[in-house]
Amino acid sequence: MSLLAFFQWCYDTPIGDTIRNSTWLFPVIEAFHLLGFGLTAGSVLIVEIRLLGAGLNRQPVAELAANAQPWLLGGVTLMFASGIPLFMSESIKAYYSFAFWIKMTCLFLVLLYTFTLRRRVTRTELSSTRPALARSLAILSIALWFGVAWGGRWIGFS
Amino acid sequence: MGMSPLAFFGWLGDSPWSVALHESQYAYSIIESIHVWTLALFFGLVVMFDLRLLGLTMRKVPVSEVVGRLLPWTIVGFVIMVITGSLLFFAIPLRSYQNLFFRFKMILLVLAGLNVWLFHSRVYPKIAGWDVDAIPPSRARIAGGVSLALWTCIVVSGRMIAYNWFDCDRQPQTALINFLTSCVPDGAVH
Repeated sequence: MSLLAFFQWCYDTPIGDTIRNSTWLFPVIEAFHLLGFGLTAGSVLIVEIRLLGAGLNRQPVAELAANAQPWLLGGVTLMFASGIPLFMSESIKAYYSFAFWIKMTCLFLVLLYTFTLRRRVTRTELSSTRPALARSLAILSIALWFGVAWGGRWIGFS
Repeated sequence: MGMSPLAFFGWLGDSPWSVALHESQYAYSIIESIHVWTLALFFGLVVMFDLRLLGLTMRKVPVSEVVGRLLPWTIVGFVIMVITGSLLFFAIPLRSYQNLFFRFKMILLVLAGLNVWLFHSRVYPKIAGWDVDAIPPSRARIAGGVSLALWTCIVVSGRMIAYNWFDCDRQPQTALINFLTSCVPDGAVH
């Protein structure tokens, strides 16, 4: 099955069809998608700003990250739970959208980073042993999330 | 003077800068992207602070420290949100002014501002007694919960401004909707 055929299959599912034929569903799901993004952003930023040395600097990074983790997972879950139905309703448009592919690339990279390397960054005292590296990684994470948000917003403009 | 709000925002929309912003291929989209980016900064950190007030995260972090270290970031975010939001309004003034969700959002913003004022004038001055509590007292929890609910509704209604379900040029609407949006269905004004 080619990628386009898979996208077409998503488009033709009852979920995609129902959302397309409803006036309210897409906007309402989209609102939840935005709220999920906001929650994710907050739980990510509180740790990244700390790594940048511009936030809750008296708190150990590991503890802050552990505190934020359930909300991060909740935010990401909400984004996926709302984003997948949104995608199914306009997957053909997404396939031909430059912004969509930018978003997916950034999302893939940032999730990969968040659930692998970032766990090690936040569990070790990298921010005190190698502050420059910790700062760079925080900026990378923020930049990738910015890419996700930018791509997401611009899917709607195309 | 004698200018009605409808006439004023109609006039504003006809001004060269508003037309330029509205007709520019990228300016509007770029401003809206910045609005969304700063939403992540402002709304995201406000949510984390509200969750701390509710005792749902960072329980070992003194509330005063969260306020002291995060408030500057939320202020930066809020200022950029107001600037970009004003520009978005300025690009389409009349339509925004009459938009049901825009009006709802503005009312909620006033309420959110009131909540911030109440928190900082009534609740926060007595923080010494509960600064390090894992779960702050009910007054603080109420302020956090109200803030969380209001900002959530503000984000949702902000997103809904884009939809034209209740726009004046989509008649017939119910009398209530036309009242709430100051619509003049026969188009007698402006």
